[in-house]
Amino acid sequence: MKSEDFELFSTLVKQRSGLILTADKAYLLESRLFPVARKHNIKSLEDMAQVLRARREETLMFDITEAMTTNESFFFRDQKPFTLFQKTLLPKLLAARVDKKQIRIWSAAASSGQEAYSLAMVCVEEAVKLQDWRVEIIGTDISREMVNRAKSGIYSQFEVQRGLPVTHLVKYFQQISGDKWQIKDSIRQMVQFREGNLLTDFSAAGPFDIVLCRNVLIYFDLPTKAHVLGSIAGVMQPDGFLLLGGAETVLGISDKFKIVSGEHGLYVKAESSYEAVA
Amino acid sequence: MKTCLIVDDSRVIRKVARQILEALGFACDEAENGQAALDVSKAKLPDFVLLDWNMPVMNGLEYLNAMRKMPGGSKPVVVFCTTENDINHIQEALGSGANEYIMKPFDADIIRGKLEQLGLI
Ligand SMILES: C[S@@+](CC[C@H](N)C(=O)[O-])C[C@H]1O[C@@H](n2cnc3c(N)ncnc32)[C@H](O)[C@@H]1O
Repeated sequence: MKSEDFELFSTLVKQRSGLILTADKAYLLESRLFPVARKHNIKSLEDMAQVLRARREETLMFDITEAMTTNESFFFRDQKPFTLFQKTLLPKLLAARVDKKQIRIWSAAASSGQEAYSLAMVCVEEAVKLQDWRVEIIGTDISREMVNRAKSGIYSQFEVQRGLPVTHLVKYFQQISGDKWQIKDSIRQMVQFREGNLLTDFSAAGPFDIVLCRNVLIYFDLPTKAHVLGSIAGVMQPDGFLLLGGAETVLGISDKFKIVSGEHGLYVKAESSYEAVA
Repeated sequence: MKTCLIVDDSRVIRKVARQILEALGFACDEAENGQAALDVSKAKLPDFVLLDWNMPVMNGLEYLNAMRKMPGGSKPVVVFCTTENDINHIQEALGSGANEYIMKPFDADIIRGKLEQLGLI
């Protein structure tokens, strides 16, 4: 690929999503953009760059950006955050929100929905404590394809074996064909999925008690990370909780949050009184 | 070192599973059907059994039922690993005391994930 074409595509993707594509990712760009070119009846990536230079066609730009997202996810990913949710965060909120009896959770960059549905399954396991409570779980992602997959709640045999205990599979899924499983309606109804861009779109509208923003900041540059963390802080309750992925942190990036000592991946707002180290 | 018994009538599957489990730190033994697995188990119960369902001589479910009745037989963690992938089989396995269930084809990630969940690694 010509370097000015690479430049054009990577700048477009960065502007629209924050995703950084360094020159060593040229092969990735090529392999993922070929299908987009084909879909738009464009012969080559060179031609596709020409089309974009001539006019900024929205559907083409959308498809290019979507194609460059990495959507890997699995149920109960890293286990620990979900144990933390069940054993620590939920009990804290059950005490703190006893008047309103409402908890709102946001799975930001939800991909195909496993994270949000894992939370929903935990809530069902804790149903006794949550009687009369209203728990809202909202999942957003920039990728339309992923949002639609998440809404369908349909997963392959491979996907339902990664992270999901088989007892949960039997309890919360129905088998719709040999190797396709669908999450049951009762769980599906607990979660809402929508398209949403972390750079621009905070209409998923807080305030949230818990935000999970996991395994997406790693793809952004420092200013973008800071910007996104700042926006998240803006839609979080003062005593809310933020969960990041294992390779992500707020340290040295945003002063809106502080880490919670002894709980890797858990953050609270700077003004929170939750026991934490600066 | 934790011990593991791999029960499968396919030598290829046993070999693949053995590679994965040895890399995860298990001392592995193999058996090609339920009866052979029962003989091994009578000599010494393993910590963990990776168990195929359909095998000649004695199938996996029969082995599980017999093994669970042995003294100390409630201890070993048993994970089915089989091409039987319908919910009825899974429920039957769990009802008979299986701890987890893997639908073939499997890979190292799936085995590792299940063992982590079960607290074996
Ligand atoms: C690797 S997945 C993480 C999924 C899940 N949070 C997890 O940890 O398993 C990253 C997701 O971030 C989404 N994404 C990337 N840039 C985004 C943006 N600017 N706004 C919203 N979502 C974005 C991608 O579409 C992708 O589905």
